[in-house]
Amino acid sequence: MEISLQEIVFFILAAVIVVCSVLAVTTKRILRSATHLLFVLFATAGIYFQLNYSFWGAVQLTVYAGGIIVLYVFSILLTSPEGDHAEKLKRGKFFAGLVAALAGAAICIFLTVTHPFGAYRIAGGEVPMKEIGHALMGTGRYQYLLPFELISVLLLACIVGGIMIARKR
Amino acid sequence: MEYYLIVSTLMLFIGIYGFITRRNLLAVLISVELMLNSVDINFAVFNRYLFPEHLEGLFFTLFAIGVSAAETAVAIAIIINIYRNIRSIQTRELNTMKH
Repeated sequence: MEISLQEIVFFILAAVIVVCSVLAVTTKRILRSATHLLFVLFATAGIYFQLNYSFWGAVQLTVYAGGIIVLYVFSILLTSPEGDHAEKLKRGKFFAGLVAALAGAAICIFLTVTHPFGAYRIAGGEVPMKEIGHALMGTGRYQYLLPFELISVLLLACIVGGIMIARKR
Repeated sequence: MEYYLIVSTLMLFIGIYGFITRRNLLAVLISVELMLNSVDINFAVFNRYLFPEHLEGLFFTLFAIGVSAAETAVAIAIIINIYRNIRSIQTRELNTMKH
């Protein structure tokens, strides 16, 4: 059985994603949880790079790993008292969550494995940056100026809303 | 391709598990981030393997990242405001809306 370098890299990334996301939702300290989330986001960016989508990997790294994690760490430090631990959950609720997650995952993985996706082609290298820019800024068919403007208005609304909510009275 | 989908499925359901079982608002938000990330991976993988000459899935990924960043910022603002009012962010104590 031959294993290419790409598959080795993929399996390492997959292992990092699965292990760190399990740790992120089960660890007792919330700051460690945020750190494990950071590793999951790095591995996700690695998967984008591996799919030859460098621009999206870079966006993931800057927006998530650079911006959102800093927000998380600051808010954790602001809101968690010293030596904060997750409180114990009732056993029934814990098992209910575990069974729901496991059953859903089993069903979805079963469907994914048995579904015939047809002949897919791995062709296509790096998406050129010029094409991305034209698609993002054009108004024609398969071009995305309107959602782009919508996102910018949404971000403006979020800035105003965040300031309104979080300011001191 | 199926391997990518299996990884993102696992990530999604780990996020759902954390969403159900954690009792800290920030931990719940971290679980939501896991779910959003798995969906982004799915978009990129479907785009790469099924329609490599189009860019739809990629732009969905881009806009989903933008929306989730905005959502996280507003949610953290709300959480900090809650903490300022009742000195706790555990969901057990969030049974009142008055301050």
